[in-house]
Amino acid sequence: MDLIQSSLIQAVQMILVLVLAPGLTGLVRKVKACLLGRQGPPIVQPYRDLLRLFRKSPVLAPNASWLFRIAPYLIFAFTWLATALVPTFCLGLPFGPWADLIAIIALIGSARFFLALSALDVGTSFGGIGASREVMIASLAEPAMLLVVFTLALVAGSTELSTITAFVLSPSVGLRVSMALSFAALLLIALAENSRLPIDNPATHLELTMVHEAMILEHSGRHLALLELAASLKLLLYFSLIGTIFLPWGLATPGASFSSYLAGGLFYLLKLATAGVTLGIFETTLAKMRLFRVPDFLGAALMLGLLATLLRFVSSSL
Amino acid sequence: MTLVIALGCSAALLLLGIASLAMRSFSGRSTLVYAGTFAVSLISLASSLAQLLFLSGVTPAVTLPVGLPWLGAHFRMDALSSLFLAILSWGGVSTSLFALGYGRHEPEPGRILPFFPLFLTGMSWVILADDAYVFLFAWELMSVTSWALVVSHHREEANLQAGHLYLIMAVFGGFTLLLAFGLLANSAGSYAFSAMRSAAFPSWTAGIVLLLATIGAGSKAGLFPLHVWLPQAHPAAPSHVSALMSGVMTKVAVYGFVRIVFDLLRPHSWESSLLLLFLGGVTAVLGVLYALMQHDLKRLLAYHTVENIGIIFIGLGLALAFATNQIPWAAALSLTAALFHTINHSLFKSLLFLGSGAVLAATGERDMGKMGGLIHRMPGTTIAFLLGSVAISALPPLNGFASEWLTFQAILVSPNLPQWALKFLIVAVGALLALSAALAAACFVKAFGMSFLGRPRSLHAAEAKETDRWSLSALFLNALLCLLAGLFPGSVVNALGPVVQELVGQTMPQQSQPFWTPMVPIAQHRSSYDAFLLFILIVLTGLAVTGLVRWIGFRPIRRSAAWDCGYPDPSPVTQYTTASFAQPIRRVYASSVFGARETVDMPLPGEARPARVTVKIHDPAWQGLYAPIIKLVWFLADRLNPMQFLTIRRYLLLGFLLLVFLLLLLSLWI
Repeated sequence: MDLIQSSLIQAVQMILVLVLAPGLTGLVRKVKACLLGRQGPPIVQPYRDLLRLFRKSPVLAPNASWLFRIAPYLIFAFTWLATALVPTFCLGLPFGPWADLIAIIALIGSARFFLALSALDVGTSFGGIGASREVMIASLAEPAMLLVVFTLALVAGSTELSTITAFVLSPSVGLRVSMALSFAALLLIALAENSRLPIDNPATHLELTMVHEAMILEHSGRHLALLELAASLKLLLYFSLIGTIFLPWGLATPGASFSSYLAGGLFYLLKLATAGVTLGIFETTLAKMRLFRVPDFLGAALMLGLLATLLRFVSSSL
Repeated sequence: MTLVIALGCSAALLLLGIASLAMRSFSGRSTLVYAGTFAVSLISLASSLAQLLFLSGVTPAVTLPVGLPWLGAHFRMDALSSLFLAILSWGGVSTSLFALGYGRHEPEPGRILPFFPLFLTGMSWVILADDAYVFLFAWELMSVTSWALVVSHHREEANLQAGHLYLIMAVFGGFTLLLAFGLLANSAGSYAFSAMRSAAFPSWTAGIVLLLATIGAGSKAGLFPLHVWLPQAHPAAPSHVSALMSGVMTKVAVYGFVRIVFDLLRPHSWESSLLLLFLGGVTAVLGVLYALMQHDLKRLLAYHTVENIGIIFIGLGLALAFATNQIPWAAALSLTAALFHTINHSLFKSLLFLGSGAVLAATGERDMGKMGGLIHRMPGTTIAFLLGSVAISALPPLNGFASEWLTFQAILVSPNLPQWALKFLIVAVGALLALSAALAAACFVKAFGMSFLGRPRSLHAAEAKETDRWSLSALFLNALLCLLAGLFPGSVVNALGPVVQELVGQTMPQQSQPFWTPMVPIAQHRSSYDAFLLFILIVLTGLAVTGLVRWIGFRPIRRSAAWDCGYPDPSPVTQYTTASFAQPIRRVYASSVFGARETVDMPLPGEARPARVTVKIHDPAWQGLYAPIIKLVWFLADRLNPMQFLTIRRYLLLGFLLLVFLLLLLSLWI
């Protein structure tokens, strides 16, 4: 019974993130369009785009190799798996013990590795631009992210997400400076990792400044659909991560009643909507940075993470 | 019994090396030597694994009546020795298998064949030695034979220079180890390791021995700033020897360090771990940054060896810190992480160097700027090299991630340490480790992307042929082991149990046996990682999505010209190169670390000459440490030069004065 219930929850979570991810992207686009005084496409537009792309035949360059063709599937699998491991509406996922937070970050790293490789596969200069910039940004964002993990692990005594969340929900957590600093760091990292403004412009398609879009420039048809879906999933993953660690209210505990699961789901939707609207507002107020200002931006995240970790060492109550 | 077999194997390799000299005119001697090495290494592997896995309760030891008359030659095979002998033997198996095919390309096999088995013999004696005399003799044998292999392609000036530098560093490293053992023997009263183990050392002796061992073993392993010879010497050798030097010889150096510090000396003071952690962290980051600046595939791989040695030394430093503070469970975790990474690095570095050898044989190129598109021409090599790249980039589900994950777990228990200096340093080292992992992934996107993907940048690359079956089987065996060690890290941790028990007196918790259960280093609620199920799920997801796509509506693939924003350029020169790929990272990191400067020479409109970008990079280790030493040596040589031309009377006078001085010194001393 218990096994059936927990597998069911895991299945619901995996399908839920997949269903919600394009909607989240649509929501952010809609908010941005409204703020710019445009009507904008409807929120369901990304679903239509994906469905259309899935039905189109992919066009490959003559020298595209097998890596180019399997990379979208791999990238999607890595990202979806990572998203499935982050609690959304309830704790105690059966997949939880398979990977702690460090492994989740590494799974995203694997997805990025294959994305960068597939960008280099056709041998066009745009692919090279995208890949080389992406790895530079990742080389700053990943250490910053791991410092955030260090802080959380030192506060909660664990790198397991469900344990961290349970700790944050417990009354012993209180107000902590180190948590606040790592929250700020995580926000900066989330912007960089998801190629959002001010690091990269997700709306650009023909510019020398693009990063993520330059990497997926040669993909088309179902391959492009998988990559777009993976990008939406990754945004959702970071929102879920922030929601689970720093705003864990409303999460259902394992073995709870159906109504509390439902409440957890509603809370989750609320959190996603808030985060999506906030991101939309944030992005409309900012201009894109020069590429070589990005190290300053992510360096700030790194310093915040380091400061949070060190504070944690100085006093166990900070 | 296992020890006798292992010694027999090393003797057989010695004979094989000598016999190859006698077979100068025999045409099949290359095949014979490599096949012999393969078979003997396989036996040696079996015996060492049997000792490690099934016979770890008993420790065989023998004393042979050779060497110093009052000492004899002591050999012993405890769990630590059997682990490293297994690593060494596997290296021998895979490189000789590779060389069965690769060795045919060798223009002068006579310069390699005698030394290749001897090199293995030297290394196995280092591992089996149980007294300082045998250890140092074998260490020097290892150095000399590897030097001979480095200069085997002696017609290239750069190789001779690399050999020269290597010889100087090897002599220096051997000398520091000699001093270390001298100090140990002075306190213990004997050169035998058994006497040293039971002796108690004053703390100043322990401190100096640790420092000397760090310098001696660190210079062989490639610890910053003693690494300078490594990226020159390792690539200069033929590729299967490079694999052996990078994948195995650096591990023998790690063995030497662990043997001296953890076994003979035993952990003494926590201050010494500061040095190891600092050096490890700096080595890891600088190694990978150097690697990112390279264009030569083999040199890039050699710099990655430096990086990984840094990661191993971080684990050893953590183990030392925990052991000296009487936290044996954390010490066991750190040491397991370090030894696991040692195994992993030996596997994927052998794989990658052998892969670079296959590419070199197929294209004649080491410069990644002249490769490209090899994925179409060499599919087998590509898959193996890709697996190796994923493994070395510390990405799940392969083995590099498993050991780095354990190291991170060890870093996260550092709040248990009482010393503030260690706590702060370990946080910084954790950040450095994370940085080096991220940069390693960047570097292998570059290495793999430039060599195997894209369009061919030269005619050689466009006409490359897949390597032979022997070489491919060696590549795939290593790749398979990388995958297995990554998917079942719990089994490796269990196998390392006896070694860790021997060195720090405790092991990591026994990992539960069904292979699909997660690896739990400390406690279930704290952290766990299950590579096998993640892997299965990734595969299943990939297959499910493929099926789903077909269900939604499958359209066949069309081929058409690349899009490239509407301006595709047919010339492969317009692709990104190694230098342009590394440019963002060079701007961010290397301008401060290496003082990298770019100058652009742009012709005026109408001029016909090409535009040119020049990048200048300064090596901080060379400029800060070696250049002043070289200057000093030249200065002294100039000053002492007139001493060559003295009359006989003056020489006699000098000899007399020296004698008086030494006698005075002696009388004061006593």
